[in-house]
This record gives sequence, structure tokens and C-alpha cells, in this order.
Amino acid sequence: MVNPNTNLNVEAEQVPVAEEAPVKLEINDLTIKYGQHTALKGVNLEIREHEVFGIIGPANAGKTSFLKSINRMDTFDSNMSVEGQIKFNGLDVQNLNNIYALRSRIGVVFPLPVGLPLTIYENVALSPRLRGINSKSELDIIVERCLTRAALWDEVKDRLNSLGSLLSGGQQQRLTIARALSQDPDLLMLDEFSIAVDPVTTMRIEDVLKELKKDMTIILVTNLVQQARRLADRTAFFLENECVEVGNTEDLFTGEVKDQRTRDYVEGKFG
Amino acid sequence: MPEASSTKLASTADFDRRDLDWYIDKVVQLIVFFAGISAIIFIIGIFIFITMEGLGFLFEDFTFKEFFLSPFWEPSDEDAPEYGILALIAGTASVTGLAMIVAIPFSLGAAIYIGEFATGKVRETLKVLVELLAAIPSVVWGFIGLSIMNPLIIDLFDVPVGLNVLNAGIILGLMAAPIMTSIAEDALKAVPDRYREAAEALGATRWQVIFKTVLPAAKNGLLGAVLLGVGRGFGETMAVLMATGHAVNIPGSLFDPVRALTATIAAELGETAVGSPHYQALFTIGIFLFIITFLINLTADLIVRGIRKG
Amino acid sequence: MFAESDLNARNKRVQGLFRMLFLMMTVLLIVPVAIILFTLVSKGGSVISIDFLFTNPTDGMTAGGIFPALLGTVWIVAVALLASVPLGVAAAIYLNEYAGDNWFTRLIQLAIINLAGVPSIVHALFGVGAFVIFFGFGTSILAASLTLAIMTLPIVIVSTRESLRAVPQAFREACWNMGATRWQTIRRIVLPNAISGILTGVILEVSRTAGETAPIMFTGAAFFLPFLPQGVFDQTMAMSLHLFVVATQVPGVPEELPFGVALVLIAMVLIMNSISIAFRMYLRGKKKW
Repeated sequence: MVNPNTNLNVEAEQVPVAEEAPVKLEINDLTIKYGQHTALKGVNLEIREHEVFGIIGPANAGKTSFLKSINRMDTFDSNMSVEGQIKFNGLDVQNLNNIYALRSRIGVVFPLPVGLPLTIYENVALSPRLRGINSKSELDIIVERCLTRAALWDEVKDRLNSLGSLLSGGQQQRLTIARALSQDPDLLMLDEFSIAVDPVTTMRIEDVLKELKKDMTIILVTNLVQQARRLADRTAFFLENECVEVGNTEDLFTGEVKDQRTRDYVEGKFG
Repeated sequence: MPEASSTKLASTADFDRRDLDWYIDKVVQLIVFFAGISAIIFIIGIFIFITMEGLGFLFEDFTFKEFFLSPFWEPSDEDAPEYGILALIAGTASVTGLAMIVAIPFSLGAAIYIGEFATGKVRETLKVLVELLAAIPSVVWGFIGLSIMNPLIIDLFDVPVGLNVLNAGIILGLMAAPIMTSIAEDALKAVPDRYREAAEALGATRWQVIFKTVLPAAKNGLLGAVLLGVGRGFGETMAVLMATGHAVNIPGSLFDPVRALTATIAAELGETAVGSPHYQALFTIGIFLFIITFLINLTADLIVRGIRKG
Repeated sequence: MFAESDLNARNKRVQGLFRMLFLMMTVLLIVPVAIILFTLVSKGGSVISIDFLFTNPTDGMTAGGIFPALLGTVWIVAVALLASVPLGVAAAIYLNEYAGDNWFTRLIQLAIINLAGVPSIVHALFGVGAFVIFFGFGTSILAASLTLAIMTLPIVIVSTRESLRAVPQAFREACWNMGATRWQTIRRIVLPNAISGILTGVILEVSRTAGETAPIMFTGAAFFLPFLPQGVFDQTMAMSLHLFVVATQVPGVPEELPFGVALVLIAMVLIMNSISIAFRMYLRGKKKW
């Protein structure tokens, strides 16, 4: 499934898809370290509004650390240090007064699904409650809408009061997505969401993401290169703690690459 | 998502504002930090307050030689009060020593049985029993020494009085054993199963596995269990007050009555005037007890921490 | 071949022997206590009655009931819990949710271990020096309860910390990623899932507090009082001290009376402990994730 938008721009390497769209996230010379170990160094890139930005690369390339630095999860890991600049909506995330507010605008989906030990309803209602929404009718609307958009509503609408942490893996992953959507996020970051999910669920979630793109910016870290090809407008290739290449997704897959390693990885020669 | 946009903060600059939840979080962090350091404050506080109360004695009547080397504890002698705790130390040491002789084999044996042999329901039941044993209050143990062990010892050994080192030692041993058992069992449980599997794969029998592999691997934890048992016996008050016979005496046999450091404070504090030399001397014993148990606990902790790292 | 099976048979015998030996040790540890409990019940059982529990002692404590002591123990335990539970839970939250793995945290842990290891009579001395004299509470329920609260604080901290630790880290991270502050995460996810474990520890603390004698002897518990306490600045009688008094200090007490007191005290403590254990087992069977 190739996005028609990207198809039109296959040749226009100098003019990427959403050039006109405002910049959502601007990364300048980002370096991430854990103690002495460097997880990522010298990354420069821009992510634009309403774009699906794919990140591919083998394990331990620094992909997850990249996501953690964006929503400032480094504050929970005393070992992790971040240098360089990350601008979210033009604001430097390193110098925010309220990083909780930043995080509340960024939805995150983890490799392993995490259904919180609350009811399914409360899993989705938690974020609105944290924002101060407590009216039952308002919450009902949000819960139904988010579960529907995450393609889970039909399966759970009759048991909203059972524990979210006891759902099956595929359902929990969709619940996690519904929870991320309940944040009403500007930016949705997915970290190898399909690792613990069956192929059918994966396809359903991918369809969901194509819909969500209209409302938010999506960063999709994936271990499946074909998933990036199916979904991403532009894709970055991370290897050995560096960002090797950023380009229109279709270019990377049709051989229009600057770096031989990107081609090798995409063609499955390593990884 | 049209209806949600009302909840979305209006402008980018707006979302960076510190809200009530931000401040609540900071305040809670401060509160729990002070709660966290309260244990340190209390330990220091205990030391400061007992030192403050005992200070007068330490500066005036206290001489190291008399305090630690004289066997005479005669604080209420009006002409020449004497403050020697040697006999009290001997009392505490003899009772604790006997308690350990009683408790160590039984608690280690029980820990090995519960940890290495028993399975399923039996194991659960034994663990619950041991836990319940540890819960019996010390004053009840003292009462048992007084009213059950005392006549028993008189009958069995044909002695005039049954409140002595033997009685208190057994009582204290029974008291310390459950705690030592559960700590020792934790130490055995901390030995990874792969050690046992490796030894069994070489054809070792169960008891060979236990003696040649598990016990050596767990030896620090077991030593820690013994030390905590010693600390417990050393600091026990009510049981030794009631079961030792409470006579200032350097014991020559198991059937001699003795008096413990802790019991001396418990028995005499109520009868002394606040601030008198006698009162201050009792607090000085408290300082001594505090320092000794501190060192025992510190050592036990270092030893146990040693295995966790290794 | 034969030699080897001989060896096997011998090994089996030795193993059986050791197994028996350790079993014997375990049994020998438990049997005396069973005998003791049996003696307590057989000698003290006849004393126990509703009247015994709910009337005042009479005739210089040689007859009558134990009501003031029972009520006093409830007072002391309740006030001690009011002080130690919030403090202990907060301390455990700090240690498990905020503190890093560094020397300062180890120092706190060492202090906790020592707080639990300091002899109860030293806690009593501290209670006298600090609460009775320095803070001027006098010998009162407040002074006794605060002394006990500090002494039993490690029980609350350790059991709370264990139940906090049992809540998977992934839940916290999921919450943090949603923009929850640490406190919101603790309040909405961590504490609700740890509360039953915390309760188990609190019940255990009740049992320990109710049985302690030395720390309250000079801080707030009285040998005999003709009236019931009206507030936290009053002295009170207490079960544990009452047992000590009727067993050692009062002449002419009928033999079975202290057995009855001991039986009530031990029943209180063991029932509390059993509830705590049963509760823990029930929780272990109930999976939430």
C-alpha cells in the first residue's frame, strides 16, 4: 500500500512532500549518552506537521533513545544525558517550565503493550482526568471515540469495566493506542508497536494510523522496513548510533539513496 | 476531532505554564523526602537524647575502669555507690551465648528443611508457623520462663530456683530462632537454582548438593542471620528481666541467676530520680547498648549486602 | 555395576537420614511452643469470660477483669498507628519512587535497619528523654505511642516498600509518558495497586505494637489506674505491662490469673498476625496483571 502523495514526489528529491507544512519537530545536533556509552550522536532532522515519519534501523541503533529524548523521559533516568537541541512547536524541550504538559501532548505506544491495571474505561479516561475532565458524559464520549478510532470499541464495548491489564496482547496494544489518543496528542510516537502483535492486528492498526495522520504528526519507529514503506512519508535510517540518511520513503526503497548502507539494509542484506 | 479542541490548550506558549499539578508534585516530593530521611533523624535523635541524659554521669562519676571492669553494680549504696557493669555484661553474654547455642542449630536445620526439602503445603504451613512464633511478645516469653520453665527446671535438675542462665538462655533461644530461621531461609533461597542443577547434573545427591554447594554459597547470608539473632538476644529486655533471676552475678554455672544490661534499665529506671547519678548511669548503659547493637547490625548488613553484590 | 548401585543405596540412606534430621530440628523448634500454648490455654482458659474482658481489676489486681488494660492497649496502638503509618508509607514512597541508587539511599536503609535493631529498652530511654522530658508530654499515651511508632516504623516502611516494588515499572512509565507527574502516577496507579500489601504490613505492626512492654513502661503505661484514659495526655494501663505486673509485682495473685492475661495478649497478637498472613495469601491468589 503506497501512499499516493509520496508517489507523486518520487523524482523530486530536492522538494520533499510536505515542504510547505510547518515544522513540528526540529532536531539539531542531538547526542544521547548513557553514562560513557553513546546511544546516538549528531542527529539533525525536521519532522513536519501531519507527516508520518518513519525511522528504520537494526536493534540498538538509538531509535528508542531518540523517542525518549523528545518527550524528555531522560528526566526519569539519571544515567541518560541529552545534548543538542530539540524544538517542539518551536519551543526548546530542554528548557520547558512544565515538561508534564509537553508529555501530555505527545502520545507514546511501546513495543510491549501496557494495559494499566485499571478498567478498560479508566485506561482511556485516565489522561482526560489528569487534564481535569471529570464529567461522566464528556468522558463517555472521549472513551468511545478513542476506542473506536483504535479499532477496539466493538470488541470491548460490553465489558468496559473489566481490567485493561488482562486483555490479550493485540487488544492491549490497541488499548495503548486508544489511551495515547485520549491525550488528544499533537504528536504520536510508535515504537515497534507490532513486535508483540499478530499480523491481522498489525494491519488493522496500520489502517488506523493512516486515518490518524489527518489529525496529528506520527513518528513510526519500526523494525519492519516494509511497514515504513507502507506508512511513512519520509523515513530516516539509523545505524550504529547515527542517523545515516533521511529521505522520502519511496526514494529509499527505489534505490535513490546517498549511502550504500541504506540500500543494503532496505534490501535486507543485514539487520 | 472537533469536540476535543476545547480541551486542547490554545497556544503553544500556553502549554508550558506551570499548573497546580506541577506544584503539588513538587510539594509531595519534598514531603516524602523528609519522611524518607526521618529514619536517619530518629537514629541520630536516639543517640543524642540518650547521650544528653547520660552526659552528667559520663563527665562526673564515670571512670572507664570502674564502669567496664568492676563486677559491682551498687548504685543505691548511699556511702559509696559503685557503677560496674562487668557482671551485667557477663549476664547478658552468658544468656545470649546459650541462646545462640540453642538457636543456631535448630534455626539453620529448620531453614534447610523448609528451604531445601519441604515442598508445597508443608512448606507453606511451616513458614506460617515460624512467622507466628516470631510474633509472640517478649513479655509472654518472660512469663513462660517464669511460670512454666521455672518449675520444670526445679523438677528436672533438683535445684532450689529455676530462674537462671539456663532458663533465660532457652527462652531467648526459642525467641530468636524463628527470626533466624526466616532470614537463613531467605539466604538459602538467594542461591540461584542453577547451582543446584549443576551439582545435581554431576550426580550429587540432595544432601551433597546442600553441603557442598548451597551452604557455602549462602554462608554470608547465614552469618548475617546469626548476627541478627545475636543482636536480638543482646537487646531483649522483658524476657530476660523475668527469666534470669535478676541477680548481679558473674555466672559460674548454668544454674546461677544473672542480670542483663537491658533488664537492669527496665527494673531500675522507674525508681530513680530524674537527673540523679543512678538515672544517668542507666542512660549510659543505654548508650553502650546502642553502640553495640549498632555495630552488630552494621556488620550483619555489610555481610548480607556482600552476597547480594557477589 | 554392583559397587555403583551399592553406593546409590548408601547415598539414598544418608539422604533420608539427613532429611529426617532436619525435619526433627524443625519439629523441635515448633513443638515446645505448641506445648507452651497448650499450657497457657489449659491453665488460663478457665479465667477467660466476657466479664474478664470487660470489667475492672479488683482487690489490688488479684481478681476482676482486664478492661482498662485492654482499652489502654487499643489507645496506644491507635495513636502509634496514626503517627507511624503516614510517615512510614511516605518514607517508603520516597525510597521506592524517588530515591536513586546511591550512598544517601543506602544511609537511609542503614538507619532503618538500625531503628529496627536498637533494643526496645533503648527506645524506651529515648522516649523518656525526648517525649516525656524534652517535649514535655509527661508520661502519657502520646509519649508511649510516639516511642512505639518510631520503634515500629521500619515494619511499615519495609512492607510498604515491598508492595510498591511489586507494581511493575512499565505501569509507571506508561503514566509518565502520558504526562502524569510522579505524584499523579503514584496516587492513581501505584498506591491503589499496593494498598492491600501496605495493609498487611500495618496489621503486622498492630500486632507488634500491642505486645511491646519495655518502651511503654516509663513513657505512658501505668501499673494500675482507677480510671480510664480520657485523652492522649493521660496515662493508661496496657495488656503487656499488666501481664508483667500481675506475674511479678503483685503478691497473692491466684495462679491462673496471669495465665488468663497472657492468653488474651497472645490471642490478640496471633489473631492479628493470622489475619495479616491470610490476607497476604488471598492477595497472592488474585492477579491483576
